[in-house]
Amino acid sequence: MTQTAAIPYNATAETPWVMPNRGIVAMWCLIAAEAAIFIIFVVAYLYYIGKSLSGPFPSQVLELPIFGTICLLSSSITVHAAVSAIRKGNTRACSLALAATVLLGSIFLATTAMEWHHLIYDEGLTIKTNLFGTTYYSLVGLHATHVIVGLLLLFTTLIFSLRGKVREEHSERIEVLSLYWHFVDAVWVVVFLVVYVLGR
Amino acid sequence: MATATSGLEAIDQTRSAQPPRPSVIYEWLTTVDHKKIGIMYIVYALLFLVIAGAEALLMRIQLAVPNNHFLSPQVFNQLFTMHGTTMVFFVGIPVLFGFGNYLIPLMIGARDMAFPRLNAFSFWLSAFGGILLYLSYFAASGLYGAGSAPDVGWFAYAPLTARVFSPGHSTDYWTLSVLLSGIGTTATAVNIVATAFCMRCKGMILTRMPLLVWLFLVTSCMVFVVVSPLTAAQFMLCIDRYLGGHFFDTQAGGSAILWMHFFWIFGHPEVYILILPTFAFMNEIIPVFSRKAIFGYPAMVAASVGIGFVSLGVWAHHMFTAGMGPAGNTFFVFATMVVSVPTGIKMFNWLATIWGGKVQYRPPMMFAAGFLFQFLLAGLTGIMLSVAPFDWQLSASYFVVAHFHYVLVGGILFSLFAAFYYWYPKVTGRMMNETLAKWHFWLFVIGFHITFDLMHIPGLLGMPRRIYTYEAGRGWEIWNMWIGIGAIIQTIATLIFVYNLVHSYFRGKEAGPDPWDAWTLEWATTSPPPSYNFAVEPTVTSRRPLWDLKHPHDTDSSYE
Repeated sequence: MTQTAAIPYNATAETPWVMPNRGIVAMWCLIAAEAAIFIIFVVAYLYYIGKSLSGPFPSQVLELPIFGTICLLSSSITVHAAVSAIRKGNTRACSLALAATVLLGSIFLATTAMEWHHLIYDEGLTIKTNLFGTTYYSLVGLHATHVIVGLLLLFTTLIFSLRGKVREEHSERIEVLSLYWHFVDAVWVVVFLVVYVLGR
Repeated sequence: MATATSGLEAIDQTRSAQPPRPSVIYEWLTTVDHKKIGIMYIVYALLFLVIAGAEALLMRIQLAVPNNHFLSPQVFNQLFTMHGTTMVFFVGIPVLFGFGNYLIPLMIGARDMAFPRLNAFSFWLSAFGGILLYLSYFAASGLYGAGSAPDVGWFAYAPLTARVFSPGHSTDYWTLSVLLSGIGTTATAVNIVATAFCMRCKGMILTRMPLLVWLFLVTSCMVFVVVSPLTAAQFMLCIDRYLGGHFFDTQAGGSAILWMHFFWIFGHPEVYILILPTFAFMNEIIPVFSRKAIFGYPAMVAASVGIGFVSLGVWAHHMFTAGMGPAGNTFFVFATMVVSVPTGIKMFNWLATIWGGKVQYRPPMMFAAGFLFQFLLAGLTGIMLSVAPFDWQLSASYFVVAHFHYVLVGGILFSLFAAFYYWYPKVTGRMMNETLAKWHFWLFVIGFHITFDLMHIPGLLGMPRRIYTYEAGRGWEIWNMWIGIGAIIQTIATLIFVYNLVHSYFRGKEAGPDPWDAWTLEWATTSPPPSYNFAVEPTVTSRRPLWDLKHPHDTDSSYE
């Protein structure tokens, strides 16, 4: 039994040893896990299309949320602008782009809220009404929850940015946030196709 | 290649200057050190292992003789539900992630996980999940009266879990505790992947990473796509139970089969999540005690990734009796059989590692040998059950129970015991008592084979699982009596093991940094390792850095 284990250590490093950014790796992992959750809800939605025993049915009550979709998808461009700005050290442009993202995201959330208000109070569709209600509110609600979380994070970052705390060396952190936001947008494309195109 | 430990003394000197800590409890409650969190995971899992083991013992006492009234049917239902749920979510996953937490940073030469605070958060989340499950015994009926545990089975099939059929809150306790543990598991998996990708020491390219880290990497990637569906399904169940949704409500057009699919999309890969880390232990232990480098490192990595992928497409072999039609059945029969290919590659690589080696039968190697033999047998009954017509005959019988306990006890638990004996000296700085270890091994092997070899027979004779008692005269009595006797022998063996754990902590022989003459980085630091692991960041040039260090004239790096 040898007791002479010393730590192998090479004093002269030949090549620089660079590892990937842990925040970005972790965000990709989170996106994989979240994507799996969404896939299950999407599968349930697709499986239950046309299986509701009573109305209201999607073709009667759903309308394409074009305006909200445009706002949400454009917010991907603005959050990307925020990342490129902070990479170049342009903090003012970064704050501006973050503010635009928060605004566009909030508009999307407001359109969803108005749609739900219409469905609940005018059409009488709740999560209890039928299978369509159950799957619709849970899938769209799951996405809206992710939008809210993203908006909270973006808003916090915006506050920091306005107070001058976000600088060039934080660009990778902003990139992590932007990855999440792009994911939320990409999920909306799927939800839009499933709920408003296929499901109608 | 220079060796330097000068930084170590410098750091050790600064230790004495630190102010005294507030208290031991405070330190453990607030720690973000991966080693302490790992130990807490393991201790917490051992605690639940004892609880869930006691539940199994109660069930075996009830079934030992026909027409027994030791337990009521209600209590029996609660016991098998709690036993299954506890063993999978609060023993299996925590103990494996505990080892992962402890070993991964040490093996890749890092000072901690990528996200130490997230690590503590996920541990406490999982721990809270386990406590919540057992709170149901006191509070499941809320303010209305005394509690009772969940009794819907560990896979909680719909529509039994609907409000109508499961009134009260016991099913809610099950859902919420599993949900919490799932979120904790996912967070730990994120942490492990980030650690393996981003925290490796200089020179440790992916193809030099110890196989244990590789397998935990594969396991963690599986967690993302496997545990998340369960989380989603639990959300749906919560929506059904709390908000009046209809996901699994057959009266409103919902589907009970959908729950089966969602559960088994999690449930089957879950056993691979449990078995892959135990393969990881074997990959470290078998080479060291055969005094040979692992045979076929790239094939081992490829086979692990292969198992990860194939295991995602086999879930519905749990549902042959649900009536999926010939196309679905055929697909899942063949997909299930394909899993045995990468698993077979692993088996043969382990045998080839042992082949021609100077095998040392120390306790870890004894348990490893038991693992190889029993895991092979468990795999063979698995192939039998993967054949749909055979499964139609024996689904939900004791044959199935015997098969998966053969995997879980004969495979996973034996491998875990091997890991305990192997890494205990590193964690505590003391060796475990070998005489007690041999008693533990032989008693456990005998008890295991009495219980689980014989358990196949009442299954073949038609004894269904989950029955709380049975009539005399069906030919099941003698087998159930022997199964109970085997369970008692296993309990005695486990008690010896627990005694050994505690006894060796105080009275064990000093281990030194490297008692097994092993080759991976965790043995390069002191036992137990200091909180910073390595005073200087190591540099590696091969898969076996300590071999290179001990044999400077015949390094691995000249062959790789």
